[in-house]
Amino acid sequence: MDLVTAPATARDPATASPADGTFVVDLDGFNGPLDLLLALIRDEQVDIYDIPVARICGQFLSRMHELRLNEAAEYLEMAARLIRIKAQMLLPRKDGLDQWEDPRAELVRRLLEYQQMREVVDVLEKLGEDRRNRFGRSYLAQAAAPPPAPLALSLSDLLVAVDRVLRASRKPSIHEVIPRALDVDGAMETVRAVLQLRAHARWRDVVRAGAEPWEVLSGLLALLELAKRSELHLTQPRPFADVEIRRELAGEAA
Amino acid sequence: MNSLAKLLEAALFASPRPIPTDELAALDAEASPAALQSALDELREHYDVDGHGVELVDVGGGWQVLTRPEYTEAIERAQLAVRPTRLSPAALETLAIVAYRQPIGRAEISEIRGVDVGAVIRSLHERGLIDVVGRAEGLGRPLLYGTTPAFLEQFALRHLEELPRVDELAIALRKAGDPGVPVAEPQPA
Repeated sequence: MDLVTAPATARDPATASPADGTFVVDLDGFNGPLDLLLALIRDEQVDIYDIPVARICGQFLSRMHELRLNEAAEYLEMAARLIRIKAQMLLPRKDGLDQWEDPRAELVRRLLEYQQMREVVDVLEKLGEDRRNRFGRSYLAQAAAPPPAPLALSLSDLLVAVDRVLRASRKPSIHEVIPRALDVDGAMETVRAVLQLRAHARWRDVVRAGAEPWEVLSGLLALLELAKRSELHLTQPRPFADVEIRRELAGEAA
Repeated sequence: MNSLAKLLEAALFASPRPIPTDELAALDAEASPAALQSALDELREHYDVDGHGVELVDVGGGWQVLTRPEYTEAIERAQLAVRPTRLSPAALETLAIVAYRQPIGRAEISEIRGVDVGAVIRSLHERGLIDVVGRAEGLGRPLLYGTTPAFLEQFALRHLEELPRVDELAIALRKAGDPGVPVAEPQPA
């Protein structure tokens, strides 16, 4: 393969302009840098396996400029890649020609892959267009779930239902809500009774296991109230441990 | 038409989506697969030979009665039905890659197309043409996408194998490193 030399870059970019009728430049016509690159290669009728990088690179840059794609990062990246390959192509090769790795190889692989995909796109486009031109019973792509079947009802069904409702409503079940006020005084008596027998007690001695919420609350409030009145002393060795209740010596004296 | 063919016609008329053969079989427990197939053939022939505005098409893994393409323009002009919008070239490219390389992640699609595909993937996902089919191993466990039954339906494919095999594509015949193979032939538009 020959090295591509600098004069190729001097080629007038106008040769690839829309004026020569190769194709009409459409700002939205390119689906990315690979697409633009493939179009250039097609226009220039060059061999994809032996891309004259310097020439194509120059055209890529001028086309980018024409299309005002200068700011599109993807095009810039491709431009940088092309320039790098161009530079690598210009480097003198070592004697062992066999070991020379074509710097264009990766680009060629990607272009071929892209071209292959474009062929699939052509196939899909044709298939999709064929299908688009036929309407099904529901032409929407996403069919809705079938509606629930209409109800099959007779008058007698309706009357039976009404009867059932009326029968049920004759016996209204009235639920009576019984207020369960807290019985702090009662709980205080319990605590006092326990502490009269023993100097030490635990939470479990004051509130029985399985107590109703109101009993638990009453017991807690009773303990706090008695502690406030200095009748007992509450300690908890560590969080969530059983609360220890001790008869307050001062309270005993009083 | 025999009575099984009529039953199939009624079922296909009632359904808004293609009906797979096994679901058609549920219509008549007595019917053998062979009888079902011959009834389908009879129905198709009935539409084709007698000259109907609709035809029986095997599409998206099932059977569907569709209008013939020659009436599409008139139907649309009369605003009785609207064709679905065409996919953009970017969407088609992305879809082509997903169809052939599934399950595939966003980064890999971007790499092949040479542009970012995040927005396109979102819109294809919204249109129900692709779906998340798993997660890749490795950094970030990226989502992997695959095509859906709606994809098959939209492109009138029975199954994915109906797409041309990669080695059937013209480009695949050229092996990398083959010197002097001209590629710059005009693309069939």
